[in-house]
Amino acid sequence: MAGKYAVFVAAAYGASFVAFAWMIIDTVLRARAAKRALERLEKGGRG
Amino acid sequence: MITVLANPHRFMAVSRWLAPALGLLAAGLIGAGLSLGLAVPPDYQQGETVRIMFVHVPAAWTAMLAYACLGGASFVSLVFRHAVADAAARAAAPLGAAFTAAALVTGSLWGKPMWGTWWAWGDSRLVSVLVLFLLFLGYIALRASIEDEAKAARAAEILALVGLVNLPIIKFSVDWWNTLHQGESIFRAGGPLIAPVYLWPLFLMGAGYSAAFGALWLTRTRAEVRARRAAGLALRAAH
Repeated sequence: MAGKYAVFVAAAYGASFVAFAWMIIDTVLRARAAKRALERLEKGGRG
Repeated sequence: MITVLANPHRFMAVSRWLAPALGLLAAGLIGAGLSLGLAVPPDYQQGETVRIMFVHVPAAWTAMLAYACLGGASFVSLVFRHAVADAAARAAAPLGAAFTAAALVTGSLWGKPMWGTWWAWGDSRLVSVLVLFLLFLGYIALRASIEDEAKAARAAEILALVGLVNLPIIKFSVDWWNTLHQGESIFRAGGPLIAPVYLWPLFLMGAGYSAAFGALWLTRTRAEVRARRAAGLALRAAH
């Protein structure tokens, strides 16, 4: 993609990528942490 | 549907397969939308910058969808006291804030080459979307700032419901006021004003963004339900 406005297009796609990357990483980390915490407590309750 | 998903066990059973299914659907739709969107010819007026539309408009649509979900879940939680609805409302806010931030940033990057400015305070569409962003941040801040979880939830739910009035303002701002934004050009009586070659990638990306929001929202709600169950167990163990 050429043209004098290519930098704006690239920056817009880059910003969208960053937003998605943050949402996916933060969501996966939260999901893992919550799952681990619950499993630990449930094991502790049974033990 | 609301009654079915209000049961945390049923919600966890349904969302266990629905979240990854929506994630796969989102990846396919966004992949197809991107490959089409990057291949379309440049617009005769906007040139290459027309491609910004394929990330900007879906982000704005999804930001509004996220707020509608936040408001709907807040209403169900406030009226019916469904725990899953409160967890869903809390899970929607950060995602909505991220989609709104993406819409604002990409819009600014589109505005500079096309309008000659990054931002215009006189543009009601820009300002109403900024208000949407502040509503998401306000909801998150309110929940974090009140120690009593139940009181924090009630206060944030009321804020979310009041903020719903902003959605029609965003939608109709381009019709009600003179703005830098063009008038409604897609969902209008008489059909879209955009050429079909641009509409297809736009709709694919819009559907993909919505599916991605659905997948992430369900996953975050699942995490919230688990975190609350863990907090309950920890409390019981402490006594």
